[in-house]
Amino acid sequence: MKKMMFILLAGVASVAHAQVQGLTPSTGPSQDPAFIDMRHPEAVTGETIFTHVCQGCHMPQGQGAQGAGTYPALAHDAKLASSAYPIVMLLNGRGAMPPIGQALTDDQVAGVVNYIRSHFDGIGADDVTAAQVKAMRPQPKEPSP
Amino acid sequence: MATPEMAMTRRDLLRMIGITAGSAVMYQAMAGMGAIKTPPKRAATKLEGSVHGTSVLILGAGLAGMVAAYELRKAGYKVQVLEYNARAGGRNWTLRGGDSYTELGGETQHCQFDQGQYFNPGPWRIPYHHTALLGYCRELGVQLEPFVQVNYNALVQATGYFDGKPQRFRTVKSDYHGHVAELLAKATSQGSLDKEVSKEDKEILLESLRYWGGLTKDFRYTMGPQSGDRRGYAKEAGGGLNAKPEYSQPMQLHDLLASNVWQNLIVDGAYEYQTSLMQPVGGMDMIGKAFVREVGQVIRYNAKVTNIEQDDRGVTVTYQDTLKPGAPQVAKADWCLCTIPLSILSQIPIQVGAPMAAAISAVPYLASSKVGLQFKRRFWEEDETIYGGISYTDSPLGMLSYPSHGFGGTKGVLLGSYTFGMQAFEWTALSAAERVRKAVEYGQQLHPAYSREFENGMAVGWHRAPFTLGCFGLWSDEARKDHYDNLCQVDGRIALAGEHASYLPAWQEGAVLSSLDAIERLHARVRAGSRA
Repeated sequence: MKKMMFILLAGVASVAHAQVQGLTPSTGPSQDPAFIDMRHPEAVTGETIFTHVCQGCHMPQGQGAQGAGTYPALAHDAKLASSAYPIVMLLNGRGAMPPIGQALTDDQVAGVVNYIRSHFDGIGADDVTAAQVKAMRPQPKEPSP
Repeated sequence: MATPEMAMTRRDLLRMIGITAGSAVMYQAMAGMGAIKTPPKRAATKLEGSVHGTSVLILGAGLAGMVAAYELRKAGYKVQVLEYNARAGGRNWTLRGGDSYTELGGETQHCQFDQGQYFNPGPWRIPYHHTALLGYCRELGVQLEPFVQVNYNALVQATGYFDGKPQRFRTVKSDYHGHVAELLAKATSQGSLDKEVSKEDKEILLESLRYWGGLTKDFRYTMGPQSGDRRGYAKEAGGGLNAKPEYSQPMQLHDLLASNVWQNLIVDGAYEYQTSLMQPVGGMDMIGKAFVREVGQVIRYNAKVTNIEQDDRGVTVTYQDTLKPGAPQVAKADWCLCTIPLSILSQIPIQVGAPMAAAISAVPYLASSKVGLQFKRRFWEEDETIYGGISYTDSPLGMLSYPSHGFGGTKGVLLGSYTFGMQAFEWTALSAAERVRKAVEYGQQLHPAYSREFENGMAVGWHRAPFTLGCFGLWSDEARKDHYDNLCQVDGRIALAGEHASYLPAWQEGAVLSSLDAIERLHARVRAGSRA
């Protein structure tokens, strides 16, 4: 049943479809720097994830944005002094922040955290390791489908 | 070399689908499995009885908010609506020439479409079974026309396969079914299914496989009249001399499987995409505009809600007039229906109990991106006989859709790219101008006339929409179990509504049904209070 579900899900909604394309290594088009190179998903760095995913909301200079709600600026964000805070936000999400770390490897989460802590105003260090991320990952209550 | 830890595993992928695509997809899966037993209510119930001038403050003038305003006013309530945007409709939204749109980050796009051309950045299609929404279209005089969901002549592109040539949906579907039918017929004939299928059924099954798959007399899927009747012809049938059609060569099963094109075959199979689907004539916002004709006079625009409080007697909402920065303003009412998206509501101080507060913060929003492109010639119709429908590609474009209306006209606006999830975040991370450029660049791979005929475009990445910060509420199964009921319960004098308070995530029907359900429960409380 679970296998069937996957097949159903993968095709149905364009939603799932996009995910399949987004994460499976593909033989897709030659690399276009505008998009993440999915031929080698394992090689995607924290910097690439920031410039191709995070900056959609947090903006290219980490300046954040303000509408009916707010995307917090990462530049001058005192909360980034702690490495645990961005790791938890990436892994668990909260409010408008999606748990994007769940689509990334431990190494990639560490890479993103190191990137945002060492760029913009360099408030923190870039010393987070994949092992730290792994230790903070929420354990699923039941096996993933 | 990727180490096992670094590589994105299939397991990760499955988990990702469960987490970030859970909602829409889960609903479909559940509906498909019959897990949703009670058919939801699909139309407004009249709110009966005197309400003695009871007032309701509605936050948000999207469909959920305007449905509530419309029904509550009919029932005799005093209604006021606060809306952040300078227009009503929310995600029920259409861009036309002369419109401008400033996204988060400050980039402003000026729409240069010709008169009569439009693009729906948000919802764009209505399944026939979304009867509450369709009921309002009827009630408010919104004219509908068919939305072409499935076009057998639209394209399916798998870069790296089929010599880089986009295939027709028709040939992909016919060949996949044909090959599968042939395999199944073989297994059946060889007795592999004898335990599962009786002798009598076996004969019928074989006959049905031939019928379903377009197989020959001897159960083969091969070039000839039977497959030609499904996948089309190398040379079309004509009239007069030299009119005999020429059959076409089916694709190899291996290529169909390895290229993943089979993933697109469910576009007409999933419940929400089964025909008929419809669209309002002239743009999706015709629905929002019809509601504005009914309730527009009670909507206050440019009102940014900053605080929501309640006590035993009523609700007090503080808001800022975004055009006149200065002292915050206050609106009061006996009750409040809040339809603000959770991505934003989770950032607004709101005086509700811990369970509802936790629910408000528990739902991330799915990313989605669309690009609308105007072309000076309908080459997809003229050159390629594609009238409406959707093409699919594994290039960054995701989906590309042709207008379902205005066939045979001169110009047209294509949905040049439509993506979700991670892919949509990538588009959103680009500037809007770059999104338009990239949509043209990749569209060129599908349609040679693209760059020659392109005129102008508009791009909307929903996470940069100032009024939603995302496309729609993405419920995981776990979050639904823990929080959904708490989100939907009336908390004191406050109730929430919107697609996020429904099992129809992203769909306008979800917004409408959640609103109707919430106001019925509010009304019951009001009536109970007045009798006390």
